[in-house]
Amino acid sequence: MAIFGARRVLWRSFSTISSHPLRVCIVGSGPAGFYTAEKILKTHQGSQVDIIDRLPTPYGLVRSGVAPDHPETKNVINQFSRVAQNGRCSFLGNVALGYSISLVELRELYHVVVLAYGAESDRVVGIPGEDLKGVHSAREFVWWYNGHPYGRNLDPDLKNTDTAVILGQGNVALDVARILLRPTSELAITDIASHALTALEQSSIRKVYLVGRRGPVQAACTAKELREVLGIKDLYIHIKETDLKITPADEEEMKNSRIHRRIYELLSKAATAGPSQPSSGQRELHFVFFRQPDRFLESYDKKGYVSGMHLEKTTLKGIGSGKQIAIGVVPNVKGRILSDNSGDPTSIENGLYVCGWLKRGPTGIIATNLYCAEETVASLSEDLELGVLASTTRLPKLGRDGLLQILDNRNVRVVPFSAWERIDKEEKRLGSLRNKPREKLTSWEELLKVAGSE
Amino acid sequence: MLTSRLSRVGFRIVNELSRGGYRCMSRTRFRQGHCGQCQRSPVELLSETRAFFQGAIFQKHHYFSTLGSNNTSGGGDEQKETISVTFVSKDGEEIPIRVPIGTSMLEAAHQNDIELEGACEGSLACSTCHVIVMDMEHYNKLEEPSDEENDMLDLAFGLTETSRLGCQIIARPELDGIRLAIPAATRNFAVDGYVAKPH
Repeated sequence: MAIFGARRVLWRSFSTISSHPLRVCIVGSGPAGFYTAEKILKTHQGSQVDIIDRLPTPYGLVRSGVAPDHPETKNVINQFSRVAQNGRCSFLGNVALGYSISLVELRELYHVVVLAYGAESDRVVGIPGEDLKGVHSAREFVWWYNGHPYGRNLDPDLKNTDTAVILGQGNVALDVARILLRPTSELAITDIASHALTALEQSSIRKVYLVGRRGPVQAACTAKELREVLGIKDLYIHIKETDLKITPADEEEMKNSRIHRRIYELLSKAATAGPSQPSSGQRELHFVFFRQPDRFLESYDKKGYVSGMHLEKTTLKGIGSGKQIAIGVVPNVKGRILSDNSGDPTSIENGLYVCGWLKRGPTGIIATNLYCAEETVASLSEDLELGVLASTTRLPKLGRDGLLQILDNRNVRVVPFSAWERIDKEEKRLGSLRNKPREKLTSWEELLKVAGSE
Repeated sequence: MLTSRLSRVGFRIVNELSRGGYRCMSRTRFRQGHCGQCQRSPVELLSETRAFFQGAIFQKHHYFSTLGSNNTSGGGDEQKETISVTFVSKDGEEIPIRVPIGTSMLEAAHQNDIELEGACEGSLACSTCHVIVMDMEHYNKLEEPSDEENDMLDLAFGLTETSRLGCQIIARPELDGIRLAIPAATRNFAVDGYVAKPH
C-alpha cells in the first residue's frame, strides 16, 4: 500500500522549472474554470491559482444555466467549493476582464492565464422578424428564470397567448418547455427566481411546440431529459406518426449510436401511448420534426411584436450529421491559444490557455469540461516541463497581491469566496422562508450589499 | 478497542462532513452541519446496518454502514463483511482495497483516495463515476442497470459493453474479487462525436 502511495505522489507533483511558485489566473468560474483550477492545484504543488469572474457569484452555468428542477446536477458545486477553499486558491468575484483589469495586465501579474469564460453570444438565425419582441434566445430566457442579474428585466409576455414555440430539440429546449409546462406548485419549491415564478403562475401558456429541422433519430436531447418531459403530470404529448418513419440512413445511425437509438424508442413509444386528443384544458407538448424557421410574422395590432411564424419543410440528404459549426471559439491547439486562425503552431501565445466552451464551442455537458481541463492542463504541464515558459517562470510574479492592489486602486469591489459564502447563506435563509432551497438575489446591488455586510 | 476504532472512524466522518466532504447516498439524512444527529450508539448502528444488509437497495445504504461492519468478532466474520475489489487507474496502476458490504464502489474509491470523479455525488445525474467491469463473470452478477442508470451511461466517455456507474455497484459477497477499470479520458469530447471548428 505504501508503494502505491509513493508512486501516486510522484505522478502528481511535477517539479516546476523555476523556483518561484507558479501563479495562475483563470478567467471564469464555471465548470471549466474550476476543473482547471483543481487539476493545476493537484498537479503543481506550490502553485497559486486565482479564479476571477465578472459576477459576484461563482459557478457559471451550474448556477445560471442548470434548470431549477435539476438540483442534483448542481451537486458538483460542493466539489468546486472545496477547490475554492483550498489555501492556494482564491475566488475573486465582480472582477471583469476588459473592464476591471486587462488581459495584458493579467499576463504581467501571472505566469499563466487560462481563459474559461464560456461562449455567451447568441447565434443570429438570420431570418426576417428575428428582432421582433417576443422572440427570445434561450440564453436570455434561461437567465431570466435562473435569476441571473442580466436576465431579471426580460419580462417575457406569457399572458397574451396560449402558445409558445421553441426552435430546437436539445436539452435546453426541453428545459424551457418544462419550465413553461410544469405545474407551478412543483416549481415553487425549487430555486427558480421569484420574478419568474410569479410570471409563470400568471401565465396563459398551455401549448408548447418543440420544432426541429431534423427527425426523431437526430434529436439532440438526451434520454433522462426526454423521459422527464414526457412524464410530466397530465401533459398531452403529440408526435406525428409519419415523422417516425425511418430511412436506411437512420437505421445505420441508430445502429452506431446508443443514445439516438434510445431517444427514438422513447419518442415512438410516446407517439402511440396516450390519448389521440388532448382533454379540455390539458397542457400540450408538440414535437414538430423536419421543419425550419423561414420568418417571424409581425402582429397587426401590436407593432414590433411577434405573432406567428412560417416554417419550411426540410429533407435530410447525405450522411453528415447536419450540425452547425460552433462559433465564439478562440483558435487553439489542445488548449494553447494561437494568435491567429492559421493553425500555425509557431503562432502560439505563450502562457495563454483556454478551456471549456471558449475552447470547444457551446457543446457538451458539465463533465465534458473535466476532460477538457485535463487536456489544457496537460498542455500547460508539458510546456512547463519543456521550458517553453521559462522566460516568464524564471521571474517572480506579483500574482494575487498585485491584482488586488490594482483593483483596489481602481475601487473595484472584489467579492472573495468568503463574501460569496455570505450571499449563499442569505439566499438559503430567504429560501427557507418559502420552502425553497434558496431564494436567489438577482440584482447587483443586493448581491454586493450582502457580500459586503458583516 | 471497539470504541477507539469507532472514534477514529467517527472523527474521519465528522471531518468529511464538516469539510463538505462526500455526501452519503441517503439524501434524507446526514446533511452538512447536522453532525450532532450523526452521533448514535454503536449498538444502534450495528442492528440498523444488519437490517440494511438484508436486501438493501442502494437508496437505503448510507455512509455509516461502514462503521459497525468491521468490528464484530474475529477474522472469520471480517471476511464475510468486506469483499476485495481492485481498481485499475487510468495509468494502469492496480489498487486493491477491501470494501464493506453495502458500500458503493464510488464511496469505496473516495474512502481510499482513488481518483474517481463523482460530480453529482451518487444521485444518478452524471456519468463521471463510470467504471469498466474487467471480467464478464462479475459483470453478469450485477443487477441490470435501471433506465435512469442507462440514461447516464449514454453520456459516459469511452463506454464499453461492461460499463457501469460506480455509484450503482454495491458491494455484495458474490462480487468478491471484482476488478474495475477507471476509463482514460478520450480526446473526443462531444457526446455524439462532434468536434467544434474555430471561428
